Amino acid sequence: MTTEITGILLIFGLAVAMAIPFGKYISRVYKGEKTFLDFMSPLENLFFKLSGIDPEAQWDWKQNIKAMLTINFVWFILGMIILVSQGVIPLWNPDGIPAMEPTQAFNTVVSFLTNTNLQHYSGETGASYFSQMFFIMFMQFVSAGTGMAALALLFKGLANKSGNELGNFYNLLVKSCTRILLPVCVLIGTIFIFNNMPMTFGGATQVITLQGDTVNVATGPVAAMIPIKELGTNGGGFFGPNSTHPFENPNYVTNIVENIAMLLIPISMIFALGFYLNRKKFAYMIFWVMTAGFLMLAIPAVVLELQGNPAITEMGIRQDMGSMEGKEVRIGSAASAFWGIANTVISCGSVNSMHDSWTPLSGMFAMLGMQLNAFYGGVGVGIINMFVFIIIAVFIAGLMVGRTPELLGKKIEAKEVKIAILVAVAHYIFILGGTALAVYIYNTTPEAAETLKWLNNPSNHGFSEMLYEFTSASANNGSGFEGLGDNTPFWNISTGLVMLLNRFIPIIGPVAIAGYLSQKKYIPESAGSMRIDSPIFGIVLFSVIVIIGALIFFPVLALGPISEFLLMIK
Amino acid sequence: MIKNLKPAIMLTILLLLLLGFAYPFVLWGIGQLMPEKSTGSPIIQEGRITGYENIGQNFTDEKYFRGRPSAVGYNAASTGGSNKGPSNPDYLAEVQARIDTFLVHNPDVKKENIPSELVTASGSGLDPHISPQGAYVQISRIAKTRNINEEKLKELIRNNIEKPLLGLFGTERVNVLKLNIALDKLK
Repeated sequence: MTTEITGILLIFGLAVAMAIPFGKYISRVYKGEKTFLDFMSPLENLFFKLSGIDPEAQWDWKQNIKAMLTINFVWFILGMIILVSQGVIPLWNPDGIPAMEPTQAFNTVVSFLTNTNLQHYSGETGASYFSQMFFIMFMQFVSAGTGMAALALLFKGLANKSGNELGNFYNLLVKSCTRILLPVCVLIGTIFIFNNMPMTFGGATQVITLQGDTVNVATGPVAAMIPIKELGTNGGGFFGPNSTHPFENPNYVTNIVENIAMLLIPISMIFALGFYLNRKKFAYMIFWVMTAGFLMLAIPAVVLELQGNPAITEMGIRQDMGSMEGKEVRIGSAASAFWGIANTVISCGSVNSMHDSWTPLSGMFAMLGMQLNAFYGGVGVGIINMFVFIIIAVFIAGLMVGRTPELLGKKIEAKEVKIAILVAVAHYIFILGGTALAVYIYNTTPEAAETLKWLNNPSNHGFSEMLYEFTSASANNGSGFEGLGDNTPFWNISTGLVMLLNRFIPIIGPVAIAGYLSQKKYIPESAGSMRIDSPIFGIVLFSVIVIIGALIFFPVLALGPISEFLLMIK
Repeated sequence: MIKNLKPAIMLTILLLLLLGFAYPFVLWGIGQLMPEKSTGSPIIQEGRITGYENIGQNFTDEKYFRGRPSAVGYNAASTGGSNKGPSNPDYLAEVQARIDTFLVHNPDVKKENIPSELVTASGSGLDPHISPQGAYVQISRIAKTRNINEEKLKELIRNNIEKPLLGLFGTERVNVLKLNIALDKLK
């Protein structure tokens, strides 16, 4: 058990240690300063030239958002075409996988467009190698790039002393891919192949086992997809059961590398903010708030999973390894719980154990990570979400001390606060409204259990399955209580819309705020300004996040995991 | 609109070539340098593939060490976990039944020595490992069916234990397929 704990300490320690220099590097890329990857620039320039894009053109927030939405629309169309016709595309489909059903294709396209990767299909039976490489993996790069480019626009808006130029979305998108995501993925992919992760275009292999049974073993170009799955906080796996699958996460080394890869960019972005704005104390304040929130969820989950399932303890067997339903022996309970919480606070959503089988309160901590949606977060969008809470906290702190709310020398006024509140509230409405709708349909359908076949578990846990699904969709996370029978038109369309809305609202809103702030008059900080890099502001910020989240989600959590827990220990 | 669409479409095509095509081919090329690893490390016996190092197999025969229960019956073409919740009464009854079955097949074993991974399904349905305790607890059955000294089996398990990474990080475990291959070679 001790070696399981040291394992997770190693993962977290390495991730933070690498995030500081990597954050500095990211800041240099977005500022357009010299980096050691400048040899990529001829390729980038060729791309811009052929596309007729002037990478140096400076756009305001509206022009940038327009470019982002336009290219996302192109990707949406591309994805729909590929997935509904994958059965007839002759290339890279050795297992003859047929076309996707339209609502499932819609859900899948939106899911990868929005960096969510809520998979209502199973990789080995539902997507051809062509779809996996040409759409799914491609989207894992560019959807991550979109989030990172949006954050770079926000950085610029906060750094500007005046003017409305936020940079160039296309330029930032391409550089996020060529300078940050791609090189690291090649490196990680090589490590993965070295650790027995398959990288082959041959189809499934027939094996006659030691005992004489015949088994088909699905393989594929796994080692290409898994690096970007984690690094881009996408989470969509090559195989159905994601990183529990021995080909997708072959050993403890790959588990460490995958876990670090998903933490790396979200944590680096905090430090990148500090380097970009030259405000390291501000970045450390954000880092500590996020880390406190993360540990508050991760530590109890690790402890609970190591303790095991109390109902199984009652049966009188040994649970030295902890709660092992849905977990893998080579990973263990501690690294599974740590990964699970890391994956839910970050909007990654890959799993190395089945969250549906977690003990009730650990499941609740996973949901809270997505519901609070402020600790680390996805690549780029994590800091963007935090920015919304910073605006709200500055406003509240300003009211408390009776000073004009200011952020980095710019006044925060009604317009900015309104947008921030709207963005924050949208997330809550999507989760609670979506769950309410699902529960209503379930309760008004006669013989719901048989006709709908949604729930894999009865009573409170069944409720948690529905709550988790909308939470995951709205947070653009993508993990699931996978017992939910979610490949139905209702779930495909409803969660598809939630993902779409709660991807673009929280990007457009904050980038607009950054655009407005950029144009405002710069007031140098004085003794009278509110110090937003102080520990006291950190405490205010943390309280705002936790109190709002706790008040809003306590009732639903009480119906789901908390009741289940209380009934189990009665 | 058309004016805005053109650069977006062109850029998409170029990025597709780089990220969807060139990138996987670079990794595929790197994989060709490690042909065994990049095909998932198949185990070849008598000229044919009998399995993959990391893909668990279903062992039901009394003479083999058993692996973990699997929600998909170790079907490596369609994998997954049970997704049963911890308080689900049907699930708990299933675990109880697995314990009872285990005790019938291993009458010398005391219930409190059965480790939980032997009666719970893994996440992938293909977990290749069990804990060392999960192997030790099956010794008396195998010794009887195969007519082998228990001490010899203990030594076999000890030689097959995979230590935590660098002895410091992770779990201690036994690969059931490798253990059974070694078991077949015993005597």
